[in-house]
Formats: sequence, C-alpha cells, structure tokens
Amino acid sequence: MVMALIQESFFLPPLDFSSSQTWKSCRCPACSCWITSFFPWFGLDIGGTLVKLVYFEPKDITAEEEEEEVENLKSIRKYLTSNVAYGSTGIRDVHLELKDLTLCGRKGNLHFIRFPTHDMPAFIQMGSEKHFSSLHTTLCATGGGAYKFEQDFLTMGDLELCKLDELDCLVKGVLYIDSVGFNGHSECYYFENPTDPERCQKLPFNLENPYPLLLVNIGSGVSILAAYSKDNYKRVTGTSLGGGTFFGLCCLLTGCSTFEEALEMASHGDSTKVDKLVRDIYGGDYERFGLPGWAVASSFGNMMSKEKRESVSKEDLARATLITITNNIGSIARMCALNENINRVVFVGNFLRINTISMRLLAYALDYWSKGQLKALFLEHEGYFGAVGALLGLLDSA
Amino acid sequence: PTAVCLRNIITLSGSLTKLAYYSTVQHKVARVRSFDHSGKDIDNEPLYEISVQEEITARLHFIKFENTYIETCLDFIKDHLVNTETKVIKATGGGAYKFKDLIEKKLGLKVDKEDVMTCLIKGCNFVLRNIPHEVFAYQKDSDTEFRFQTNHPNIFPYLLVNIGSGVSIVKVESEDKFEWIGGSSIGGGTFWGLGALLTKTKKFDELLQLASKGQHTNVDMLVKDVYGGAYQTLGLSGNLIASSFGKSTTADKEFSKEDMAKSLLHMISNDIGQLACLHAKLHNLDKIYFGGFFIRGHPVTMRTITYSINFFSKGEVQALFLRHEGYLGAIGAFLKGAEQDNPNQYSWGENYAGSSGLMSTSPDVYPMQRTRSGTFDMLEMDRLERPLVNLPLLKDPSTYIPDTVDLTDDAMARKYWLTCFEEALDGVAKRAAASQPDSVDAQERAEKFRQKYWNKLQTLRQQPFAYGTLTVRSLLDTREHCLNEFNFPDPYSKVKQKENGIALKCFQSVIESLDSLGWEERQFALVKGLLAGNVFDWGAKAVSDVLESEPQFGFEEAKSKLQGKGRSLDLDLDGPPHKCALIFADNSGIDIILGVFPFVRELLSRGTEMYKALLKQLFNTFIFSNSSALRDEKLLLVQTGSSSPCLDLSRLDQGLAVLVRERQTDLVVIEGMGRAIHTNYYAVLRCESLKLAVIKNSWLADRLGGKIFSVIFKYEVPCK
Repeated sequence: MVMALIQESFFLPPLDFSSSQTWKSCRCPACSCWITSFFPWFGLDIGGTLVKLVYFEPKDITAEEEEEEVENLKSIRKYLTSNVAYGSTGIRDVHLELKDLTLCGRKGNLHFIRFPTHDMPAFIQMGSEKHFSSLHTTLCATGGGAYKFEQDFLTMGDLELCKLDELDCLVKGVLYIDSVGFNGHSECYYFENPTDPERCQKLPFNLENPYPLLLVNIGSGVSILAAYSKDNYKRVTGTSLGGGTFFGLCCLLTGCSTFEEALEMASHGDSTKVDKLVRDIYGGDYERFGLPGWAVASSFGNMMSKEKRESVSKEDLARATLITITNNIGSIARMCALNENINRVVFVGNFLRINTISMRLLAYALDYWSKGQLKALFLEHEGYFGAVGALLGLLDSA
Repeated sequence: PTAVCLRNIITLSGSLTKLAYYSTVQHKVARVRSFDHSGKDIDNEPLYEISVQEEITARLHFIKFENTYIETCLDFIKDHLVNTETKVIKATGGGAYKFKDLIEKKLGLKVDKEDVMTCLIKGCNFVLRNIPHEVFAYQKDSDTEFRFQTNHPNIFPYLLVNIGSGVSIVKVESEDKFEWIGGSSIGGGTFWGLGALLTKTKKFDELLQLASKGQHTNVDMLVKDVYGGAYQTLGLSGNLIASSFGKSTTADKEFSKEDMAKSLLHMISNDIGQLACLHAKLHNLDKIYFGGFFIRGHPVTMRTITYSINFFSKGEVQALFLRHEGYLGAIGAFLKGAEQDNPNQYSWGENYAGSSGLMSTSPDVYPMQRTRSGTFDMLEMDRLERPLVNLPLLKDPSTYIPDTVDLTDDAMARKYWLTCFEEALDGVAKRAAASQPDSVDAQERAEKFRQKYWNKLQTLRQQPFAYGTLTVRSLLDTREHCLNEFNFPDPYSKVKQKENGIALKCFQSVIESLDSLGWEERQFALVKGLLAGNVFDWGAKAVSDVLESEPQFGFEEAKSKLQGKGRSLDLDLDGPPHKCALIFADNSGIDIILGVFPFVRELLSRGTEMYKALLKQLFNTFIFSNSSALRDEKLLLVQTGSSSPCLDLSRLDQGLAVLVRERQTDLVVIEGMGRAIHTNYYAVLRCESLKLAVIKNSWLADRLGGKIFSVIFKYEVPCK
C-alpha cells in the first residue's frame, strides 16, 4: 500500500530548493518546538482513523512574492489547489472550501483535505523525499497521532512537529469557523421540527453567543466537552462507541470496506427488523414508564432468534448499527447536558459526514427525550475543527 | 413439611420461567408444659414435659426453570389448584404475553398481567429488607470474590439498573415511589444478538465463555494505538479503549470469535456503567444495584460492570449485585397478588434448607454445576412470627456486623468449621432420632436430614458465598433449617430435659451457698457461676465429648475447669443500680438455671428491672413462679425472635425492641459462646455491656491465643 502510494506520487510534486529564504523563529510555549510562520500554512489533526489537513492558500501574493516564492512551495500550492484527490486515498472536500478569508493579514482560501491515518507513514515518507523540511515551516498538529507520529516526522522527514492540545484546537476551531461563517452562509444549523419527518428542515442557527455549550466530537471514539467561556472548558467524558465502532461493526457484519459504503447500505436498510422495539415486547407503548412503542428496547435484540438472523439483509444490519451507535451517543450527550446544566449541544466530527440519518436522529432524540429542552446543533465543517485549531495555533504562536 | 395449599401462583417468563407460590407449612414445634410442684416431693417426678405440636406457618416458594418445562410446570400447578378458589393467575415478564393463551387454555384461568418493573422493584425491596446478606460487591482479583454488604436500616433511595435484553434505570425512593429515569437499548439482547451474528455462537452462556477467553485489544482501538507510546507522558492510560471495534474497520482481516465477543462485552458493559453513573450523578445516588439476565450469576459480566462503574465514577460509586436477583420479578408479582395477606407486614427469613445457593464461580464450572443442581433453582422464604428490627441500643446499625469471623474471607477457619460440622453431623443425626423415640420414621428422617445437611456442607466447601457471608452462625442456622425440614424441632430436647432436671434440683443449694457469702465474695462467685454454667453446652463438640464420657460431670467440676485465675470485677455492681438490664442467654440447661438465674436474682435484689431475651418461654412457670419480681413485671421473659444459638442484634423481635426503649435499658449482658464470641464480640452498644463466655473449642482457643475453657469476660462502657 505504501509503495503504491509513493509510486503514484501521493500528495506532493517534486520539490525544488534553488531559492533561499531568510527566516525567523520562536519557541512554542506549549511543546517548545521551533515555530516559524512562513508559508505553507498547514494545520494537521491526526485522529485514530482519519488525518485532517487544512491548508491556507494565499490569494494576495504580490508579483514580487511570486518571484521570490521558492519553486517547491509554489508547486505545493498548485498541486493542492488544482486537484481534488491525492493518490488513491487523499480527498479534498471542495464543497467546504472557505473563500476570501483574511488570516494574519493575508487573504486567501482555506482548503480541507483528509486521508486515512494508516497512510500517515506514506505521507511522512513523501515529505522526506521531497525535502519538505527545507521550507523551514512549522507543522502544527493535534490529535493522538501528533504524539504517535512525532518521532517518525523527526527521523523520516526531518520535521519537528508542534504538538497542540486537542481540546484547545477543537474549541478554537469551532469558534473561529463559526465566526467567519461559511462563505456568506451560517456555519451552524439545526433541524426544525425534528420529531416530524414531514416538516423537518435544516435551518441556520446563530451561534453568536455560544456559551455554555456542550461539544460532542464524534470521531472513531467520542469526546464530550463543556465550554463555559472562551478560556473555560473541560472534557466531561467520552465513549468508545463512536464512528470507529459503527464502521468496524459494519465491516464485520456486512463485509463492506469503506465508510461511504457502510452509510450507503444503512440508508437502504430497515433497523426495526434487527432491533427489538418496545412494541415487540409490550404490544404497544409501555405506559407505566411512558415509553413509546417505536422506541428501541434492545438493539440487535431480534438477532437472538435464529430465524430472524437468517431473514435480515446486510442493509438492515448496517442501518441497525448506525441507529444503535447514534442513539447511544445522543443518550450520553443528553445526560452530560443535564449534569452540566447546558441546553445546547453541538455535534461535530467526521462520523457526521454525509450522514444525514445520524444528524436527524440526534436532533430527534435530543428533542424527544428532553421534551424539547435540549437543542442539537451541527456545523458544516464537521470533522475539521481540530485541524483548523492547529492552524490557528501556528499563527497565534508565531 | 408438606405444602398444604397453594394460595397464589404466578408464572413469570423470560427465557426462564419462575413459579412463585405461597404455602402453609406444618412444622413440629416443641412445647413445654411444666407441672405444679409446689409442696410436693419432686425427686421422682419430671419437672416438665415436652410435647411436640404442629404449628402452621407460611412459606413462600420460588422455583426457576427453563421455558422448555413450561408444560410440566402448568401440569404441576393444575394438580395443586384443585383445592383453591383461584380464578386468576398473575403473570409478568415477556413470557406473560407469549404463554398467555397456553396458560389460559391449560388451567382454565384468566391470566392477569402484572407490570414487569413494578414487580421487579417490589421484589427488590422485599429481599433488601428480609435477607441480611442479599447485596454484594464483586471483586474478581481478591481472595473473596463476593463481598457481602450489611443491610442499611434504610434501604432507600437506590438505583436499580436492570439489564435484560435492554437496560432500564429506575430510581426507587420508597416502597411505592419509583420512577423510570432512563434506559438504553444496548443491553443483554445486544450482546446476545450482535454476538450471535459476529461469532455464529447461538447461546448466551457460550458467548460469555468465548468472551472470557478473548483479547479485546485485537479488535478495539486503544488510546495507545492512537497516541503511540506517548500516552504515558500525557498521564493517559494507554489501555483505555478509544474506539470499540476500531481495529476491525477493514474487510481484509479475520478476527477471532473470542476477541470479538470480548470486545463486545467490554463495549456493552462500559456503556451501561457509564450511563448508570451519569444517572446516579444527576440524581445524587450512591447505591446502584444491577440485575437482569446479563448479570445473573455471571462473574464475567459482574466483573466488567464493576470495572466500568469504578472507572466512570472515579471510585465513588460501587456496583452492587443481589443474590436473588433472578427472583425479583417473581417475588414482586407474587407480593402484588398476595396483597390481602399483607406479606410486607411480616418479616421473612430465607430458608437455607430449601434454597439453592448462589451459583457459579467461573463460567467454566457453571454448566457443570447447573447439571448437578438440575434444571430447578429454588428459593424459600419463611414467614416469621413477628417483625424483626434492630436492637435500639446498637451504636451504629448501618455498620453492625453480627459475626466475628467471616469464613468466606478466612480459608483456614472455614476449613476448620466445615470439618467440625461434618464430624459432628452423625452425632446430631443420632440425637435427632433419639429425641423422638415414639416416632416410627424418626430414623429415616434423621438419615434424610444427615444427607441434606452433608450436601449443604459440600456445597459450601465449593461455594462458601452460596448463602451470603459464611459464618459459624449461618452454618448453625442451616443445620437448624435442615432439622426443621425433617421435623426435628430440637434434637437436644431429651438431653436438655435431663439436664434441666438435674440443674433445678441443685438450684436451691446453689442459691443458699451464694446467700451465705459476703457481698464481694458473692459477686465473684456469681460471675464464676455464670461462666461455669456456660461450660455446659451439648452443641460444643469438646463439651459433648466430656459429657458423653463423664456423665457425672458437675457444676463444681465445671468451675474447676475454667482457665485463669479470678480477678476483681470491673463491673460496677456497687454503683447505683441499673434501671433495666437485658440479658441474652440460652433457653435451658445448667447454664441458665445455675449460672444466669442467680445472677439475675442478685440484680433484681439491687432494684434493677430485668428482662431476659430467651429463645422459648420455658421457665416463667417455675423458679420465678412465686417471685414477686415476675408478678410485678420487674422480670420479663421475652423472645429474641430467633432460635439460633447465635445472636443477630439487627434482627430482633419487635416486642423486645419496644421494651428496650420503654424501660430505658442501660445494661446488656450477652452470655454464651454463640452469642458473645461467634457473634457480637465486636458489637458496639450505646450502653454498658457485658459479654461473657467460656471458649469450649480448642481450635478457637488456640486461635485467640488461649486454652480450652478460657474465659471471655468483656465489660464495656460506651465513650461519653
């Protein structure tokens, strides 16, 4: 896999080191790496499953700068901005691109790119072969992988990573992106009438006064943060039942091999064949406890029976897996919101990418079980906030 | 005993059917009738006679069996319904819907469905109130896997997390007030259903076995998989699961059944534990009981749930389990159906003879044990004559533990006592048969008793935790329950009768000799007498050996056997008299007649009101029959509420507790090895107390660092 990627020239075009740059640097207060803020500006979030990369493409380059810009820097820019896919696994989410942003006095576009974490060695290898380190820029990274791959970056790529705290990056990223908006539209949205499928619709939400806020980040696992002000936030809890669980179980149950495939199957399945509902047990609503008949009493509960196991499709199983994981996250988030006395819950993370089923279900579940007291909010840039925070970290420190 | 009639029957079905019924049981009880000897020559007459009478008591039976036996069960019910006026049968649980038609057709009765959770909670309250060692914490990696808890006098509020196919979380605030506060669809059905899909293993038990052999780290993405080796410097635990099944996100790799089952088990247990903690925090509760088929006797799931609760509560909350968890629904349904009998007004006691113990130490032995015990698992609860309550003088009822040594904890002591009871068994069976010389089947019943108790002892060797914390007291209680089961209310009745006769004949001369002593000498002699009397105990093996071989062994010899030189009494008998003294003593024998009574007489003469907590009212008709003390109610004989030679101060007859309060009791005397050494040695009271006994067991004497017939004399004054 790694070899194949290298041959395909994954990610970076050949670099040229002909030009010389003068540069300044300072110590990063967090991890005492050397920070420089020369282009290219990257922010990296290395998760358990996916690597999220944001790249700021300056659009206000003067003729003089253009002249001085080293060849390999230019080619990086060209390569990243003129392609939407990199190698076989790197993807740029073009629809998320933020245009005409002003960052540190520079105008430009922000690009959002992702690739699987297991291709990380290839990515580093590439950087090494192309002498990325000669650009003397600092790579700010967050996520567990910033620690896991730190040594590889150093030994293979001659690159010192600036490791930034996940929480800081996530919160910073969310607040920043929400404040700049989504190319004139609202970054934050919610579902109106989530309990009524006919009237349910996606509407913008104004997150101008965001606090207090419960932030639920659904990646491979789930982290839940409570933010009370710009500088006051904490990790409340987390659960290991996250996107990785959905995808992992789907692979085992259906033999699928991509997240997209799993979601596609789920969209065609019927989870009520797999799950045991309240009405399957009580013949209707369970009135004593106010449980509606449609509520799931036991996820995969019907699969205790051999006959039913034989009669369900892979799509049904994928759907049930999705519903199970989503409901559980909703339920834990709701309990945390109650314990923290917060009524706005923002769901982020790549589990929600192209996953309308889960978003609507979260909106529904939070509204229904809290009797309308809690509101589920979503952000357009789902999984990229950590990477954005890392980029902002770079610019802040330098 | 024979079940006379079935008053109420409930079937309850999950994958198991539970049958609950109420029966009235005929017991034989020994009744004592004394003769009026006033002015007669008593030398050739027995002082009293013992008659065996039939007594009818209520008993609750719970039987659990697999659903495949439902028809057999219905036949059983049908056969026993003949004499009742039952028109309606109560049923609850999923099976209530499933088997409704079958039941109605077969029995010709209307099926009345009861709400599952209501039943569960009623049942839970009932066991928490009536079974002392109902609750336990599970600790896999300690010597004692099962840590039984002392029942707190106030059982409310608590959280009940029922893990059936799904999870229900209920907050229980009082007998009638409870609320469903949440739940989760990820429960036992998820483990079973998803497990069956992933591993092609059909049975729940087999899935658990697979899980116990697997390595979840092959399937789960751990923190260290995400962070590499750096987690340590970040203060993270690398073994925490970051993403359940996070490593199976590939179609190319095969995963072992065991690993997947283990990963699934962790995922579900952690999730339930987390939700339970979140609910406990929100409602500010610290007692969480777990039940449902996911937990039921499965060490694997108890372990993972315990781990999860500990992790998510940061050690602040303990996961608790119930010994009779599998019966809660059936008990509750029954109680609902039996409301006209007011079962909650009474105290109930677990009958060890008729109950199967807590099963399984590990999944490997579980199937084997199940075959051994057959398909049926049973619980019997006897209705006690009077409600049982705490002794109001206990300093802290919530931390009071009656028993001195926990045999579940102490393997050496356990081995000794089990052997001791085994060795004594033949003798007890022999005495039992001899106690009923007129009964034709006494021999046969005695043998059945022997067999039953022997089996119980063997079970306890394998599973010391089967009936809660194993103690000398529980071993004695089990023996008594087994004896009663075969209609031997008191195997020692004949021996005691003889002994009482001898003692009563000596009583007058003992009193006279005491009265001839000076005050100080007399006090010393009284205490020595108390202790000497205590030497006589047919229940103690060393003593019964002496008594068997030296039938002439007398009170004076007993005094001389006592170890240790006398020293002046700490007991403040020359201070102001106590207002009221409570003496716990045996119900008959040289012990009470020659030891306790003279002591009582002395206290009475000082103006202290007395009442003695006795097992059976035996002596109120003589000795004190002419005493003005008895007439003026200066001396009262009261039942303790138990027939055990040991004493549980947290389960005493309500009448006794009322007296203790009314009469402002300020001295408690606890006499005898069972009451003052095996139990209550460490009991702390709010008033002056005196615990005295003679150690009639050389092993125990050794252990306590003394010799056989050493004296325990513990006088305690509460800290002001």
